[in-house]
Amino acid sequence: MEMPEPNRAILAKRDHVLARLQAVLPSEALITDETECRAYECDALTAYRCIPMAVTLPSTTEEVAAILRVCHDEGVPVVPRGSGTSLAGGALPSADSIILGVARLRDVLEVNTPDRFIRVQTGITNLAVTKEVEGNGFFYAPDPSSQLACAIAGNIAMNSGGAHCLKYGVTTNNLLGVTMVLMDGTVVEIGGPYMDAGGLDLLGVICGSEGQLGVVTEATLRILRQPEGARPVLMGFDSNEVAGECVSDIIKAGILPVAIEFMDRPCIRACEDFAKAGYPDCEALLIVEVEGAEAEIDEQLALIKQIALRHNPVELRESASPEESARIWLGRKSAFGAMGQINDYMCLDGTIPVSSLPFVLRRIGEMSREYGLDVANVFHAGDGNMHPLILFDANKPGDLERCEAFGADILKLCVEVGGCLTGEHGVGIEKRDLMSVQYTTADMEAQMRIKDVFDPKWLLNPAKVFPLKASAARRAA
Amino acid sequence: MRPTTEEELSEMVRGATTPLRIMGGGTRDMGKPVTGAALSTAGLSGITLYEPGALTLVARAGTPLAEVQAALDTEGQRLAFEPMDMRALLGTEGVPRVGGMVAANASGPRRVQAGACRDSLIGVRFVDGTGAVVSNGGRVMKNVTGYDLVKLMAGSWGTLGVLSECSFKLLPVPETVATLLSPPMSVQAAQAVMSAALGTPYEVSGAARALDGHVYLRIEGFARQVAYRCARLRDELGGDWDLLDAPASATQWQTIRDVREFAGQTGDVWRVSLRPSDAADLVARADCPVVMDWGGGLLWMLVPEGVDLRARLGVFQGHATLVRASRAMRASMAVFPPEPAPLAKIAQGLRKKFDPRGVLNPGLMG
Repeated sequence: MEMPEPNRAILAKRDHVLARLQAVLPSEALITDETECRAYECDALTAYRCIPMAVTLPSTTEEVAAILRVCHDEGVPVVPRGSGTSLAGGALPSADSIILGVARLRDVLEVNTPDRFIRVQTGITNLAVTKEVEGNGFFYAPDPSSQLACAIAGNIAMNSGGAHCLKYGVTTNNLLGVTMVLMDGTVVEIGGPYMDAGGLDLLGVICGSEGQLGVVTEATLRILRQPEGARPVLMGFDSNEVAGECVSDIIKAGILPVAIEFMDRPCIRACEDFAKAGYPDCEALLIVEVEGAEAEIDEQLALIKQIALRHNPVELRESASPEESARIWLGRKSAFGAMGQINDYMCLDGTIPVSSLPFVLRRIGEMSREYGLDVANVFHAGDGNMHPLILFDANKPGDLERCEAFGADILKLCVEVGGCLTGEHGVGIEKRDLMSVQYTTADMEAQMRIKDVFDPKWLLNPAKVFPLKASAARRAA
Repeated sequence: MRPTTEEELSEMVRGATTPLRIMGGGTRDMGKPVTGAALSTAGLSGITLYEPGALTLVARAGTPLAEVQAALDTEGQRLAFEPMDMRALLGTEGVPRVGGMVAANASGPRRVQAGACRDSLIGVRFVDGTGAVVSNGGRVMKNVTGYDLVKLMAGSWGTLGVLSECSFKLLPVPETVATLLSPPMSVQAAQAVMSAALGTPYEVSGAARALDGHVYLRIEGFARQVAYRCARLRDELGGDWDLLDAPASATQWQTIRDVREFAGQTGDVWRVSLRPSDAADLVARADCPVVMDWGGGLLWMLVPEGVDLRARLGVFQGHATLVRASRAMRASMAVFPPEPAPLAKIAQGLRKKFDPRGVLNPGLMG
């Protein structure tokens, strides 16, 4: 992966820039020691690393504004960082950049269950938001699998999803308002504890802008009442096609499960070896979960089982207790850990129309043989968001490059069948150069114009999202 | 002007030397009056893709909503955001179309449960003010590839681009629906009971108070589920609730969705978005007839012609939009909520980038 050459003029004035930052920040908010900065050299896309010029850890919106004003003034790139769990390299620094981490902005500012919102500083983790309101019977719906660690700031930057999107939507559908600092230090308030923000939908464009438009320091989030209960059913099929048809039939039947998860044979095997969840030995496995009161769940699961039986499942197992539910989910939830046991892996995130599922899985199987790399598929079938995991050996010369080429081919395939490059992880640096597969020059130009307005000097997280060539002129200006 | 292809649309916008008045069906006559040549997208019509098994529909911007509705009916699916039909309220005629609905981000009572139009919109194609054809999003419901211009286009009233095609995420139509109906209540009591109902796990998909003070709570789902949830709500909320069956529910929610109670009544109509628990206070300040929707998060207010409702409301968390008023009134005051300087600057900047010559509905949003 190519990154732009660091700007020598900025490197040359490092001491001057750091002195200016020092002047506006408490001493604990500025890290300049190279060893300490090393902790910020990468995010969860660990194949790419670079030590930043310095790291700033502000505790207030005012400190964020002060940092950005200095950097704006000096023309220094700023890379915002939540918890650093991005799988796309969204928080990867460059040598001439300052990291702005929001980890110390962790206050809960207001909890209001009658109006169904919570206002938080954005360094708080996703799970901590739910923890804050679950005592009152509420929860925050988006649930990325990194929810224990990932920050709301990163969720907003990447428009994070999760397993329950089919019913509850992703971050953008649950975000009511933000306090955001622009690159020039201006603090703006958009939206609030009401259901539409008014004016142009700036909230919509900020969410998912990968930290390129501003630094969000506070957020108003919609919270929902927890369902009375939830229960999964597990079904195994002897082909991916049949499993795909079953998903489609469930949706057409008017049932809206809260999650439909799909695993293919390589994934089932790996999970079974790792977690011993008692999964059947079959080609494709679905976990379908519905919510409601006991009787409501019974009725929906009866319908789902009826549909499944029409497709001759090799296994059909309804949970009868919380222990059985946990066991059904155990394998799925340990999928990534199981893969990590076997090998290094790269996790992709393309989305496809549900109807293309069998074709895409078949093609991925063929490509796997061509590239000589194993791949396992686990994904959110209800919304078509795939997570192919390509296994490779990081110590074997050439394997990473081969894996990346294979990954790029899979994502191109996703676009070919009418889908997209990334459903919930974001573009970052990982898929930056594939953007032109999905978008025309005019499409990308329209997007880059948005950044021109929010950050005219292109200093915020500049070398991300857009192909380097496409953004070169703007970054150099 | 009435293009029949996206290419024609692009040529017409590129060739425009004076302002264009962008319209779909012309049923949502809102905003500051625009003087300019009319450009209608009604000729860009037809559903281009409908995949019931993937809950996805793609339609050209000029497609009549009724045509979309008819297609969805055959598969028992719907646009979950329940778009308002503005004809009765505004006294307009014509055929509501897909593009206008999206440009207005028209979202009805189910907003509280299923989100707004922008939440169901998953892809757009549009022609910007230079004539360039831009595509964003697509036909899949999870997509974070690049910036989300889809949301930006929803509710931009044709000021950033002329929509040529829109993609939607659909939802199944539940087996049945019922509505709980209360005796007349004060605004304060109504707001409290609606908040309580929306804070239950029973997935209330509509919570409104009509002009006469009756509160309506809508429950949708499988027949037994609806019966169970209605019983639980009656228990938990207390009080004396009547029950409307499915046909009566449908009629009632259409009345609420379209603000029929203000149709044909003299006066200006404002739409106020607010924090629900501020409703009683704001209604007292406004001192006018009110219809409450979204559990109190949306107020429709009827004031005598020419009254500046914003002055009556004062400062609050939320905003007020002038929906129905004479052209003279709309020309003389801010129709859309005035924005703080930094946001106004951003909005201005975006309009300048997407429509550098200022030909797309110039001034409509202020």
